[in-house]
Amino acid sequence: MITGFLLIAFQLVLVLGLSPLIVGVIRRVKAHLQCRHGANVFQPYADLAKLFRKEPVISTTASWIFPATPYILFSSTVAASLLVPTIFAPMPLNFAGNIIALVYLLALGTFFLMLAGLDAGSAFGGMGSSREAIVASLTEPALILSLFAVALTAGSANISIIVHKTAILQGIVLDPPPHLMALVALFIITLAETGRVPVDNPATHLELTMIHEAMILEYSGRYLALIEWAAGIKLVIFLTLLANIFAPWGIATAVTPAALGFGLLMYVGKIVGLAVLIGFFECMFAKLRLFRVTELLGAAFILSLLALVFFYILRV
Amino acid sequence: MTELLLSALLLAYACGMFLPLCFLSRPHIQNVIAHGLAAVAGGLGIVLGLIGLLGPEPLVLFLPSSIPLLTFSLRLDSLSGFFVLTISLVGLAVSVFASGYVREFYGRIPVSLLGFLYNGFLLSMLLVVMADNAFFFLIVWELMSLLSYFLVVSEHEKPDVRFAGLFYLIMTHVGTAFILVTFLMFYQETGSLAFEAFRNGEQPLPEGLRTLVFWTALIGFGAKAGIVPLHVWLPYAHPAAPSHVSALMSGVMIKTAIYGLIRVYFDFLGGPFPWWWGFVVLLVGTVSALLGVMYALMEHDLKSLLAFHSVENIGIILMGVGTGMVFYAYDMPHLAALGVIAGLYHTINHAVFKALLFMGAGSLLYATHTRNMEEYGGLLRRMPWTGLFFLIGAVSISALPPTNGFVSEWLVFQGLFLSLELPSLFLKLMLPIAAALLALTGALALACFAKAFGLSFLALPRSSHARHAQEVPIPMRLGMGFLAGLCLLLGLGPTVVVPLLDRVSEPFVGISITGRMFEMGGWTLAPVSGEFSSLSTPVLAIVLIGLTGLGLGLAYVLGGKGKKRFYKTWGCGLNVTARNEYTATGFVQPIKRVFSTIYQPTVKLETELLEESRYFARRRHFEFTIEPVFLKYLYNPVVQFFSTLADRFRVIQAGSLSLYLAYIFGTLILLLLVAI
Repeated sequence: MITGFLLIAFQLVLVLGLSPLIVGVIRRVKAHLQCRHGANVFQPYADLAKLFRKEPVISTTASWIFPATPYILFSSTVAASLLVPTIFAPMPLNFAGNIIALVYLLALGTFFLMLAGLDAGSAFGGMGSSREAIVASLTEPALILSLFAVALTAGSANISIIVHKTAILQGIVLDPPPHLMALVALFIITLAETGRVPVDNPATHLELTMIHEAMILEYSGRYLALIEWAAGIKLVIFLTLLANIFAPWGIATAVTPAALGFGLLMYVGKIVGLAVLIGFFECMFAKLRLFRVTELLGAAFILSLLALVFFYILRV
Repeated sequence: MTELLLSALLLAYACGMFLPLCFLSRPHIQNVIAHGLAAVAGGLGIVLGLIGLLGPEPLVLFLPSSIPLLTFSLRLDSLSGFFVLTISLVGLAVSVFASGYVREFYGRIPVSLLGFLYNGFLLSMLLVVMADNAFFFLIVWELMSLLSYFLVVSEHEKPDVRFAGLFYLIMTHVGTAFILVTFLMFYQETGSLAFEAFRNGEQPLPEGLRTLVFWTALIGFGAKAGIVPLHVWLPYAHPAAPSHVSALMSGVMIKTAIYGLIRVYFDFLGGPFPWWWGFVVLLVGTVSALLGVMYALMEHDLKSLLAFHSVENIGIILMGVGTGMVFYAYDMPHLAALGVIAGLYHTINHAVFKALLFMGAGSLLYATHTRNMEEYGGLLRRMPWTGLFFLIGAVSISALPPTNGFVSEWLVFQGLFLSLELPSLFLKLMLPIAAALLALTGALALACFAKAFGLSFLALPRSSHARHAQEVPIPMRLGMGFLAGLCLLLGLGPTVVVPLLDRVSEPFVGISITGRMFEMGGWTLAPVSGEFSSLSTPVLAIVLIGLTGLGLGLAYVLGGKGKKRFYKTWGCGLNVTARNEYTATGFVQPIKRVFSTIYQPTVKLETELLEESRYFARRRHFEFTIEPVFLKYLYNPVVQFFSTLADRFRVIQAGSLSLYLAYIFGTLILLLLVAI
């Protein structure tokens, strides 16, 4: 019981602490690839601290939804992160929800963010919400199907059990074709859900292209800090899913200091590696037009479906 | 004891029907009596429903009649009890709401008549789910349809209301005809119209007849439930009715069809099904869910939007029931029970949140006198309570944790995922695809309610109606608040709800699965095995509240004093007005474009240019419509056919009395000849 609470607390601190670093790493990689010097990887920490101290401006047209949304988004995203095992599997909170709960917890944050985008009354917010609505609608089925394809191998839909079993079974080695397809699908979904190129561009404020940034355009001060932090945590959740479901090597399955230490080391290494990869991808590809995004997400859906088909066909 | 309760219930409804007629031209007294008694009857119904659910033996009440084959017998088993409970819970809340809402109609519509129909409608629904004789069932079913028809056409001075009423009347009778055929087939085999005989027939129905019963029941009850493609009447009839009646029709009346389906399939037919029955129900459910939400997205009339969401949710309920039927066919009773429980759970959840949302829509109509969402806006500040309750309903119907919609959709997902235990490869692939389509449905519902809530309640008012809106009277808020509270309770309490539903499914699938649904002393819902899947909404709620506290704490520790500045929204140098805001049409434009294959939209843009320069427009006219596919390709040909037929027969209708007398004489001669 005590160990459980300690593990949860540790994971909470880890996810909260690590997420700005991951954002910093991606920015640094992009800067290098674009032949810029770029900011220090720890810059996002300073940004967050600065934003928290700034005075927020609230639109006079907005209702209570506007100031409440950052807290709802923050809590639902962090709650989702507690369902995903990072350095230790199975997580003590494993029983509280499976892949469906994870997806719908993230959707809770998205829902309120869409409302907040509409609340200030400017056209930009509505535009962002409207675009987010279609991107979220198309990613959700693909996400559930790709996670389910992996869940089949593990015989469980609880993320911790999936990770735990794949860790014991040495992951991807067991069912290579379905796992690889689900991996590619989940990677595409990660790009879409976390607002990365080619679906969205986190570095732009151009009305023709922005989605996530348009929804949060009216936010400032501590509200913006919480939203940015939550976005970082969501990124970490998806990178953790990619890392731990498909390459759970090194994750601790017993509570011993050595195993946990090794797990932490491996985890940070994998996550930072994936962050570098994402940064690389963002520089390699141009942003797609909004209506081309559907094809990309359709491909993710078809890949997850194929993963499912292959799982059964290979078993027969 | 139970008989006494039932008599009190019947008396309360009867008084609610007839007592207001004694207070002529005193609308307020009529209103209070009619809806007060309906609320009392609702309270009694809740107790009765619980007795039915928890009682060890079904309660049977047998009243013979002088008409052959007809007995006024009532039977209260756990399935009936569950539906009595659902109807009464919603009936109680809606009656409280109605006592405020009906003030709107003083002087326009006779309140005594409205109260008469309203109480009669509630009573007929209760009798439908308790009737134990096919003849009696059909009588109360017809009564329910007719009373709801009269309620739909309450505002019959409007032509579109009359059209909606007629459409509803025709569709519901098509359904009734199929139900009649279903029961006649049973009668042919058993020689009795008592449900008891259907249930325990001496020999099971022949295979061909069973299949026929499956289809006629699906069409007959499906027309009432609003499954695609029989859903077309819902978006006309539900918005046309007064809002408290819409809440009842959408919340509970269409559920009586779910009751009928479960009754016929599991109770009467019983025995091993072929697997494709379950698959057909699942398919119908999936298609209804997806198309329902897609058409809902394109609606800007708030009540039509909600009506299309009823199609969606009936679909989700049928997905649960269909999954259960598939497992039942493969003799996996514990998974069959899971599917049925998921469907029933969604039934009560949908009743609660849909009635809540329709009451919310009614409140907006009361305050603004329009149903068009493009004319709302900024209402959360003007109507904070209505806004809060509508938000809770919106979050529930979007299936977001930790509300009730999430729990039941989660259960439907589990049933679909457990397809991995099925022997058939085809179903192993189809059920996860249905799960993915359910996820798409959920995501689109989320988008739809972001639109419905966001454009109605947030930002600036878009019309003077919305600008001058005021919060609705307290009884209306009480009715909504009660159901909003239930949304949260049903979400947090699967521990209590699932064992009750298990009592409903147990007699049909043969085993109780309460023991296999929970772990950790009832805190965690773990269908069949915790290793496979688990969910604990109370824990999720605690975690969410705790983390919100953490967010507040962090903001305080890192940010210090909570100083805020209020300033107008940046509008690129101009003052932001309601015309800068996104419209409902604009909001769904990307979705319309991506799914254009389904919508078949036609966009008409006319521009009148200035004579001086081609680069400036004097006037622009924009119009977009989506193709009503079902009406155009399925219904219109049928209507066309009957119109042509009627045209042909018109020649014999000369309108002269002597000619008709001659017809009667001719018929008589003909009949006499035949008789000889």
